[in-house]
This record gives sequence, structure tokens and C-alpha cells, in this order.
Amino acid sequence: MSIDKDTVKHIAKLARISLDEKKINSLSKDLTSIIEFIEQLNKLNTKKIVPLTSITNASLQSREDKVSDGKIRDQILKNSPEKNEEFFVVPKVIE
Amino acid sequence: MVNISNFTLTKLIEGIKKKNFTSQEVTQSFISSSEKSKKLNTYITKCFEKAISAAKNFDKKKNYKGLLAGIPLAVKDLFCTKNVKTTAGSKILHNFVPTYESTVTNKLWSEGAFLLGKLNCDEFAMGSSNETSFFGNVTNPFGDKLVPGGSSGGSASALAADLTPATIGTDTGGSIRQPASFTGTVGLKPTYGRCSRWGIVAFASSLDQAGPMTKNVQDCALLLQAMSGYDPKDSTSINTKVDNYISKLTDKVKGLKIGIPKEYRVEDMPNEIDNLWKEGIDYLKDAGAVIKNISLPHTKYALPAYYIVAPAEASSNLARYDGVKYGHRSKGNNLFEMYENTRSEGFGDEVKRRILIGTYVLSSGYYDAYYLKAQKVRRLIKNDFDKAFDDVDAILTPSTPNAAFKIGDKKDDPVSMYLNDIFTVPVNLAGLPAISVPAGYDKKNLPLGLQFIGKAFDEQTILNLSLAIEKRANFKRKINVWWN
Amino acid sequence: MTEKKFDYYIKGKKEKWEVIIGLEIHAQILSKSKLFSSSSTQFGAEPNTQVSLVDSAFPGMLPVINQFCIEQSVKTALGLNAKINLNSVFDRKNYFYADLPQGYQISQYKNPIVGEGEVILDMPYGSKKIGIERLHLEQDAGKSIHDMSPDNTFVDLNRSGVALMEIVSKPDLRSPEEVNAYIKKLRSIMRYLGTCDGNMEEGSLRADVNVSVRKVGEKKFGTRCEIKNVNSIRFMQMAIEHEARRQVELLENNKQIDQETRLYDTKKNTTRSMRSKEDAHDYRYFPDPDLLPLSLKKSLIDRLKRELPELPDKKKERFIKEHNLSTYEANILVSEKEISDYYEEVIKGCDKKLASNWITGDLFALLNKKNISISKSPVSARNLSALIKMITSGKISGKIAKDVFEKMQDNNKDPQQIVDKENLIQQSDPKELEKIISGVLSKNQNKVTQYKSGKTKLFGYFVGEIMNVSKGKANPQLVNEILKTKLK
Repeated sequence: MSIDKDTVKHIAKLARISLDEKKINSLSKDLTSIIEFIEQLNKLNTKKIVPLTSITNASLQSREDKVSDGKIRDQILKNSPEKNEEFFVVPKVIE
Repeated sequence: MVNISNFTLTKLIEGIKKKNFTSQEVTQSFISSSEKSKKLNTYITKCFEKAISAAKNFDKKKNYKGLLAGIPLAVKDLFCTKNVKTTAGSKILHNFVPTYESTVTNKLWSEGAFLLGKLNCDEFAMGSSNETSFFGNVTNPFGDKLVPGGSSGGSASALAADLTPATIGTDTGGSIRQPASFTGTVGLKPTYGRCSRWGIVAFASSLDQAGPMTKNVQDCALLLQAMSGYDPKDSTSINTKVDNYISKLTDKVKGLKIGIPKEYRVEDMPNEIDNLWKEGIDYLKDAGAVIKNISLPHTKYALPAYYIVAPAEASSNLARYDGVKYGHRSKGNNLFEMYENTRSEGFGDEVKRRILIGTYVLSSGYYDAYYLKAQKVRRLIKNDFDKAFDDVDAILTPSTPNAAFKIGDKKDDPVSMYLNDIFTVPVNLAGLPAISVPAGYDKKNLPLGLQFIGKAFDEQTILNLSLAIEKRANFKRKINVWWN
Repeated sequence: MTEKKFDYYIKGKKEKWEVIIGLEIHAQILSKSKLFSSSSTQFGAEPNTQVSLVDSAFPGMLPVINQFCIEQSVKTALGLNAKINLNSVFDRKNYFYADLPQGYQISQYKNPIVGEGEVILDMPYGSKKIGIERLHLEQDAGKSIHDMSPDNTFVDLNRSGVALMEIVSKPDLRSPEEVNAYIKKLRSIMRYLGTCDGNMEEGSLRADVNVSVRKVGEKKFGTRCEIKNVNSIRFMQMAIEHEARRQVELLENNKQIDQETRLYDTKKNTTRSMRSKEDAHDYRYFPDPDLLPLSLKKSLIDRLKRELPELPDKKKERFIKEHNLSTYEANILVSEKEISDYYEEVIKGCDKKLASNWITGDLFALLNKKNISISKSPVSARNLSALIKMITSGKISGKIAKDVFEKMQDNNKDPQQIVDKENLIQQSDPKELEKIISGVLSKNQNKVTQYKSGKTKLFGYFVGEIMNVSKGKANPQLVNEILKTKLK
């Protein structure tokens, strides 16, 4: 299965990564060879196998419904590249 | 003055307790050797002033209670350290300063240790040679122009060059064990769920584990003890008791059954690797262990399965790096443009490749063929190990298919780089503990390691077996200091 | 009550069209903290003050599930007679948006916590079952504020991570009225259970509607369109009608309907396409590797079953059977938990039928006039109960009671005190009444004669006079009896 340029463009869009023509070409090559590598798995018949979604047999632990976090706005906003006192600030979304 | 920077962790702790030297002297010694070793490029952030201050404080208070009392430690720059820049080797986090401390490093500091600095690594832990870091590649102390392995390359290099008494790394597909093998040091990946992932920059959540990287097996047991334990803030952390790895450490391994999986004898395997493996078998026989041939039939499918699962999880884990809340932000006329430019500028090539592969294998129409398939193969691989462990107590394999290679050798061929992890990756897929212990040299006098794979939560057995090998192999790190 | 027939159809050029509606409801769970983090969920806090490191997706942060939210989903499932899946999985729904800090939402895709269930609606044309497809847990997103700045969007993550139950109905609804009834019923059930307060204005209950049309008699479903985030039932009804008509017009002109998401414009009363087709989301669902599968113990389900409060349908049955109320009355009394709570408090001390009459009559009239809900009633249940008790015991007449009720509205005054203070106790002493009645009759001799010779309407005149003289306090039944006797 080869990953052509249009496919590269499509997944780059899904992943929100911009690419120039040169990059698209080299990625098409790289991704194709990676996909060909992972397609070795097609040699295995796995019809009756249950997928492994978690390594351990443990089940999900839960916590009590208590408020013990938040009220740390300064910390939350501290690292933001653009902010005001109350909000994160980003360029406008086009709807 | 004796060069205490080549002492083991254990010896340093004892020495401080016995007042043979102070924490300040120890710390200064590592700072000096680190300052002289810039060519290795192991540090991203140095915390030398703070470290001296902490050492002075320790010497004043003299609280010897902790397991790591008075010890300075540099750690992989994937662990979030409070108020100390944490970059994950990436441009997109080049200016990120966490306001919080990871659970694992917090445990180390509560045991009396303090931060010496943050060590270089492959960007977002993606790589096997420490060539993908935004902060430049790391060099192996064993030779100019040699890679130290990856992704914990900075950690392994600093450790081997005596710039830190011990260190911690993370291992997703071999990122502790492979660099340990390349640098003649000990590296252990614990059972999945043994150590907390809270506060560690995530790469592939179902595979990542933090682990100790040390000069010898005894140090490894000590550091593992300090790092391990249940964390309710990590839903994948497992609530089982932490053994006393140090007190139970022994090289008495008589009667233990060791499996030798035939599928690990790969085509074109260099003779030296095969010979080393045989030597390992002999050492174990000498120690009274019983050798059994076993089969792990799905071994060869582990690497392709890994290169579906890990990138898939990474593509989702790295979606949060969007320039909104922290890190690098590029300009954009609107939100989506800002995202695309930020992530394009902020991520390196290997990270981009993996995000794109990960996005692809999860995308509509491909999920069943790739991701679901890989999870099924993962089940088969785990079943192989479970079955084998009905018969044996541990499994012995080489750690890597070759010794350290030249910087730049594999840069243009991603798949060839991936093949470095062929022996280490199955372990992460199965969530088992594994350790690389240095056992010999290749023709070029480069170190090689042997790997033990253990049953879940049986780190003790593989530590003990490693000790048995260590005592018999009598491996010495023969490094000529060329870098200062 | 008239037996109506279902009659909502879109009249096309040639034939009648049926409207097929499915609803996806997002209900915020009434938990103190969020689904996967311990920040508060309170409405109306200062921006970004109810946000933790986990909520804002800092590197290395991990989710830990809130036990209470799990239990609320199970309780809701029990209220919907739905299948509870003992094993379920959390999946990541991946997409990029400013108010989604992780770049994915933790939701449930193929293995939700709750499976099929049902809701029963009481329509004028009879009972109707609406199927529930599934219920699952997921995180709410934060808020993007677009109108505070011309070039920028401001992001508030307070809501990010709040627990939602997404309840998906089967496409069984057929009219805007049914949609209204469905939402109200669902809301009522959740309020009874205390799992969600169903407040559409505050956003704790939101709905996306799926609309398609088909010719009456057709079995196949048509192409559907989704209308997102309409935030009131009224607008939803208008949007559905508009959308159904739009689709009928397209189909009758032999045009195709594109399966898409549309936004409802409240000012123009139209729907418009939300995004261009090429931007269709590919959510790349996969099981969240930071969470293990959720495994529910049967003992938990059993405990929650035992602790379940009486639900509206059962309560209604009980009111009809045991309290002898009509279906109509019972429906009203169970329509809101606050109303049935109020009613059940009132009847602790007085007659059930009278209580029902007073609540659905006088009290509701008062509440409607003041445009307030029963929870803000100026007259408490206890006091209303006391008032009704005084009528039953004959202490005051029904008419006087209405006056007292008015006076009680001022600060929830005690009816007993009002009656005593203003001397409103009903006059029920036959001797006293005899005096009054004799007095009135003797003053109106000619009218008595007229009455006895056939003008029976004058009876009311005498009663009126007696009431006047007694200042309304004369016991009406006794007056009737004694007057009748005297006029023989």
C-alpha cells in the first residue's frame, strides 16, 4: 500500500501539521516504506483473536466526588504564549 | 583527591553516611566533570547552582534517612520538574517550565536526592540514537561520532561518562535498555504499571515506563526501589506491594529456569552477538541455572505491531501541543493556521513521521486493518510470553542486534533505525519487566548487553540473574576520555 | 378528555410526509467535581478558576474517573429501564478546537456503559414508547468566546471536563410535540433521580436533533440532517418544522438531501449548512490507553436499584390507584419532582383530593401570575395543608379559605393565625345560624311569599343575604339545610 501525496496532505490536515511540497514528497516516500514494513502483519490470521486493550487484568479505579483542585488560574495561564488575566487568547476561529 | 565521580551510587551513599566525603564534595565532583564534557551534549538544562545549594543544605541537616540521602541526580528531560525547564527534547516545549513535579522524581527527592540537571533525549522519546533532539545529538563516550542509543541517549551517555552517579530514563520500545547496551551500563524497564506515569511527558501511554539507569546491578535495585509504587493519580498504575529489591538482591540463582527463545536468533545476526549470548548461557549454567529452549512464535511481528500502536497513541498524546496553553506558538491568520504552523515548526521530522503514521492507522477505513490488527497481534505476543513463563522463570536474549553505530548512519532510512529495537520491543507490548546488563565487547571494542525478560512484577528475579552475569562477566567500562 | 388521533404531517404538493426525529441529548451530571479531574463543576464561576492541570492538558497529566458520575449513569439507566453494561470502555474522540485542550475528548464509542432502554410519553392520542439507543459518559468541552475581541477568541476551560451523559434516542419521534414531551419526560426522570437538573438556559441540558422525512407508507428512512445545539425546546420545535419542510421541498423537486450538520438561525427561523463537506470530521476513535476498561459489580447495581426514589410513572400509577386522582390530575402532579414533593408534603395533613384541587387550581394560578416555579411558592406546603384541613374540619368555609389563601401569600403567613386574628371562623352553630336566617327571612317577608309561590331562584338571594349578614362566615351546608327547612 503506498501513501501518495494526496493521502499525505489529507492526514497532515487531520493532524494539523502544515507541509510544503518538498516535505510532502519525502514524507510520501517515508510513510510508504513504513506502511510496507507494518503490513507484514497481514501474514497473520487473527480473525478469532481478541484485541489487547489493556495490559493488566485490573479494572478501572475510581475516586471520590470531592472538589480538591482548580482555583490555580495563575498557574494555568502562566505558560500560555498569549493570554490576559482571565483567558487563553487565540486567533479567531473561522466558522 | 580520589575521583569520586566514578564511584557507584551505592558507594557514594555509603561514603556520605560514613562521612568519608560530603554531599557538597560529591555534587561538586559531578558538576566539574559535567562542565568539562560539553562535547557530549548530554545536558539540556543544568541545575548546578541549585544542586550545590541543596548539597550545602544536606550537609547542614545531615538527614541520612532516605535511600538516596545527599545524592545529586540528573534525569531525562521527559520528567516534569517543578520550576525547572522541561523540553522533551523538542522545540515545541523549548520554553516550558512546569509548575508541578512528576511522581517518580518526587519520590527520588523524598529519598534525599536532588536535581543536578535535565538530560538530552530523542524528541518526545521517539528515536533510537538521540539524533532527533532539537538540542542537538548526543555522543557516546565510547567514541567520537558514535551514537549513545536512544531515546534516553543523554542519560546513558552522562552515566557512562561519570557526569551523574545514576539516572532515570523512560522506555517505550527499548529506550532505556538499548542505550544501556550501547554504553556498557545497566538499564531496567519495570513491569507496566510498576512506576507512575504522572508528570512524565507521554509518548505511547500503553507502553511508556520510567526506569533506573545505573553503573551496576546493585545501584539498579536501589534506584528501582526508590522509584516504584502505586499512584492513584495514574489510572494505569498497579497497586501491588513493592519488594525490597535491595535486601533480596542475590546472585544465588541455582535452579532457576532460563528460556532461550529461538526466534531471537535472527537472520544475519552478527557472530559477536550470538557468541555473547552463548557466553551468557554459560555463565548461567555455571551459576546453577537450568537452560531451556523455548519458542516465542510471534516475535517477528512485534516490531511492525509496535510501529502501529506507538505512533497511533503518540498522534493522540501529542495533539495537546497546539500552542494554546504552553510552549511554542507560531503566527497564524486564524486558529487552524496557527495550529498548523505551530506544529509544523515545533515538531522535528521523526515526530512528524510518527504522528502522521499514527493518524493514518487510526483514520476512517484503516482502523481495523492496522490498529485493531496490531492490538490482536499484541495479544498473541503476550500469550507467547505467558505460555513460556509456565515453563521458565526468566528469558535471556541479546539486548541489541549490534553495538553503537556511527552518527548519521541510519538517518535517511527510518525503517532501518527501527530495527534497532527488535529485541526490546516485544517486552513493551507484553508489559513485562526487562533489564539490559553489560556483558562483553564487539570486535570494535564497543560494549554489548544481554537482556533478561521477567514475569510481571518479578523484577527481583531479573535483577538477581543480572547480578549473576555481572559477577561472572566481569565487564569493565573501558572509556578513554576524549571529550575534554 | 378527547381521544385525538396523531396528525402531524408535512403536506407536500402531492402527498403527506412523515417526519422522523431522533434526539441526542447531553445532560450534565450533578456531581461536585468533574468526570476525570477534581475541579469544581459549579455554574457561573470566574473564567479559568475551575481548571486543574489535568483539565488544561499539561504534559504528563492523566485522567482518574469520578465514582459518583458512574453511579449517576447507572441510576439514569435504571430510570430509563435500560440495559446496564457491566463492562464498558472509554475511547478518545480526536479533533482540534480551542476549547478542547487535549485535542481529544474522552468519550465512549463501541462499548458504552448503558444500552437500550425506553421512555413512555403521554400524548393526547395515547401512550407512546420512545426507544433509547444508548447512554454513555463523556467529557464536556470548554467555552470559546468569539465576541469579546475582533481578532481573537478567548478560551475559558471551566466547563472542560465536566461529566456529561449522552442519551441517544431511536428515531421514534414523529412531531415537535412528541419532542417536547420526550425532553420534558427525560428531564423529569433525571430530576427525580437527582442525576441532572435539566436546565436548558444554563446549558446543563443540550440537544442535537436528527431530522429526516419520508412519504407516509414508506418503510425506508430518508437521509437525515443534524441540527446542532438549539438551546430551547421552542426553538427546537421551530427548527424541526423548518427543516422538515426544507427537506420535503427538495425531495418533491427531485433533488437530493446531503447528509450534513446544520445550524438553526433563531432570528430568521432557518437552518443553514454548518461546514463545507471536505472538513468532515474523522474522529479516529480508539480506546483511551490512560484508562482501563470499566467493570461494574452487580452489587453496585443492586444497591443503586434499592436506593432508587419512586419515579414519575410509578408515582402517577400510585396517585391514580391509591389516591383516587384522575389521570389528568396525576399527570400534572408528577410532571415535576418539585410538584409531587409539594403535593406529598401537603397530603401529610389533609385530604388528597382537595390538596390536588388546590394545588392544580389556586396555587398554580398564583404561580403562573407571578411567573415563578413551585420551589419559589410564597405559600409553603405545610401551610396549605393546614388551610385545607380547616376546610375539611368545617372551621372555615371554602369561600373564606380562598380569602385566607390570598392573605397567606404575604410572607407565607400561618392560616390559623389569619383566621383567628380576623375572626373568620365559620359559623356552624345551628342556634346562631337560626337567628341569622330568621332575621333575614323576617326582613324579606314578601320575597319569602314569592319563593313559596314558585320563584325558587330567590333561594340564592336569601343565601347571599345570610352570607352578607354573617360576613361570609356562615357554614354554607348548614345554611342550606336550615333555610330549606324554614322555607317549607
